[in-house]
Amino acid sequence: MSRAPTARQAGVIACHGCGLVCARPADHDMGKVVCPRCGSVLAGLHEGALGRASALLLAALILYFPANLMPVMRTTQLGDVVDRTIMEGVLDFWANGEIGIALIIFVASIAVPCTKFIALGTLFWSSFRKSAQGMRERAGLYRIVELVGYWSMLDVLVVAIVCALVQFHALSAAEPRPGILYFGVVVILTMLSAMQFDPRLIWEGKEKDESDT
Amino acid sequence: MNPTPEDPVPTAPPAQVKRPRLHLSLVWLVPLIAAVVGLSLLVNAWLSVGPTIEISFESATGLEAGKTPVKYKDVVIGSVKSIALQRDLSRVNVTVELRKDAARFAREGSRFWVVRPRIGAGGISGIDTVLSGAYIGVDSEAQGDDQYEFQGLETPPSVIKGTPGKSFELHADDLGSLDIGSPVLFRRIQVGQVTGYKLDSDGQGVTLQIFVFAPNDAFVTTDSRFWNASGVDVSIGAEGLQVDSQSLATVVSGGIAFATPEDSAETAKPAPADSRFSLASSQKQALAKPDGAPRLLRMRFDQTMRGLTENAPVEFFGINIGHVRSVRLEYDAPRHRFPVVVDAVIYPDRLEGISEKRGPNDKDDTPTFLVPLVAKGLRAQARTGNLLTGQLYIAIDFIPNAPPVAFNPAARPLTMPTVRSSLEDLQQQVASIVTKVEKIPFDDIGRNANASIVELNKTLKNVNEGVLPEFRTTLQGTQQTLDNANRMLSENGHLQQDLGQTLDALQRSAWSLRQLTELLGRHPESLLRGRGAGSAQPAPAPVIPPMAPPAQQEKAR
Repeated sequence: MSRAPTARQAGVIACHGCGLVCARPADHDMGKVVCPRCGSVLAGLHEGALGRASALLLAALILYFPANLMPVMRTTQLGDVVDRTIMEGVLDFWANGEIGIALIIFVASIAVPCTKFIALGTLFWSSFRKSAQGMRERAGLYRIVELVGYWSMLDVLVVAIVCALVQFHALSAAEPRPGILYFGVVVILTMLSAMQFDPRLIWEGKEKDESDT
Repeated sequence: MNPTPEDPVPTAPPAQVKRPRLHLSLVWLVPLIAAVVGLSLLVNAWLSVGPTIEISFESATGLEAGKTPVKYKDVVIGSVKSIALQRDLSRVNVTVELRKDAARFAREGSRFWVVRPRIGAGGISGIDTVLSGAYIGVDSEAQGDDQYEFQGLETPPSVIKGTPGKSFELHADDLGSLDIGSPVLFRRIQVGQVTGYKLDSDGQGVTLQIFVFAPNDAFVTTDSRFWNASGVDVSIGAEGLQVDSQSLATVVSGGIAFATPEDSAETAKPAPADSRFSLASSQKQALAKPDGAPRLLRMRFDQTMRGLTENAPVEFFGINIGHVRSVRLEYDAPRHRFPVVVDAVIYPDRLEGISEKRGPNDKDDTPTFLVPLVAKGLRAQARTGNLLTGQLYIAIDFIPNAPPVAFNPAARPLTMPTVRSSLEDLQQQVASIVTKVEKIPFDDIGRNANASIVELNKTLKNVNEGVLPEFRTTLQGTQQTLDNANRMLSENGHLQQDLGQTLDALQRSAWSLRQLTELLGRHPESLLRGRGAGSAQPAPAPVIPPMAPPAQQEKAR
């Protein structure tokens, strides 16, 4: 099956910003490649992109522990002060029969970040290895990660809204605890990490594979 | 299909390459910072974890694992981690994780208790825990060895350690209605609390701990008297009915009051902490002067002592100087009698002043001063204190004409000679009167009287039927006679006129008779010779008696 030549094979690269096609520099290992017309970074070429994405992902992973171990919200109901971590909140809702809400929070706050870590980690690792396996699936995975990334902030939003609305002083009050800050940082870092990653790197392995053959 | 590679290349300008100044990308600082933050959190968490202690309670009511806080002065110093039953199921072990800065509470002398809403007679406590849930309270002396296992208090201590004030010990015969938390009152203001009580080891009394808060602890002096102010004190005396109580709360839940007697208020110094006092059962008893050493007094009575009970007063000239301790019966074999032996405890110091003046004869504790007093008639006597209930008391008094008795002041116990009670004598007199009265034949008297009355009745009947009508006619006859007499005696009656004339005639006769008498006096011979010359001169005019009416005199001339 004959294939159309890739830009890489043609030795050119297109700018995302202005669409200018420019020649691929020969050695770009150590530098940042920018468009000569508009100055945008010509993503994908920069080998450091994968490293940056990995670094952000690693930072997110580290902060994910305090985000989950520390309480995210303190609710005061008639003098009954309760600090809850994310998981405790989920269990609380579940125990109180609010299975739907429990599932939503669980998916948004625990399942999604965890899948994101695994997915991004897989993507980065395979790209680093320049693996040629399941490249199309990996591309799909990347799209899912990007899509889902925005919804990861659900928990932060829930806390923000609840804390803003539930302020009845002695009767009932809610206030954020440090855990939610770390959680927010985790979400931001994973999003940045995903943005840093150039999906074109997925296909480098194929190109290598093809060029090898 | 293959596009010529040369085609786009000439038009494509070469992309610029910007070389970074640093070999390593700055982006790796982000995970580094994250790691530092995470590590610091970890270290912080590890550092802030204090010792873990275990507290045992009777039950875990209101406690929740992972939630119930441990508070000191309302500051959270730890939380309950887990609650487990002891192996023998007798108690509950509560595992508490203290914060690092509260490690000092894991020491000997710390006390733990559960604060939950409690409603007692003294008030409501822990009301805030109704909504927030129970918590574990703690106080500590902050000194002592490390300790990690504690036995929790079932009731909160009424005074938390470190509260300014002083604690004192009171000794009482019984607890009364006092309890932990009962108020301690000074001039009816609550200044302290009962913090604990325990039975003496010999079981002969109760020792109470009280705590008096600063600054009022200064009012507890070395001479302060404490009494049980529980309930209402009702007394009937010469002043009438008196109801005395400290405050409504003490009426319900009991309390302790204290005061310093006025005569010693100036010299008394504030009592040091943990001083011991005795707790009197009433204010009167507490504020009474100290009784001094008691003396035993024995009395033998040859009469029934019904109504004499233990603690009956012994009075000397109306002053209470002691009380009866025992009343028992003895058999006096030679006399074949049953004397009642009454042992009384008297306090000579109650006769303050008198005991000092009684003389220097107390060297060997022998009251020789009593000998002349007994010779003058000092005796013990059982008297009736209450005519309704027949309660007796012992009066020591001078009895006039008391028969002399032997008195040994050196005898132990000191035996006081006695006399029969005045009421006893009175009773005997009354009894003899009653027997005399009984001898009177009231029945015969009654029968005779009855017969006499019947006779009298008959007589009266006769009088009514026979005598009275005749009496009436007699009266009528008398009336007529009187009328007649009246008529006769009236002014113009003929009897009156006749009487007047008769009187005139009588007067004239009397005058004539007088003339004759005078004539005869002067001339006795005229009786024989008749009127002579010497007797020719006329006789003087007669003196008319004044009662004679002049008209009649004229008429008579």
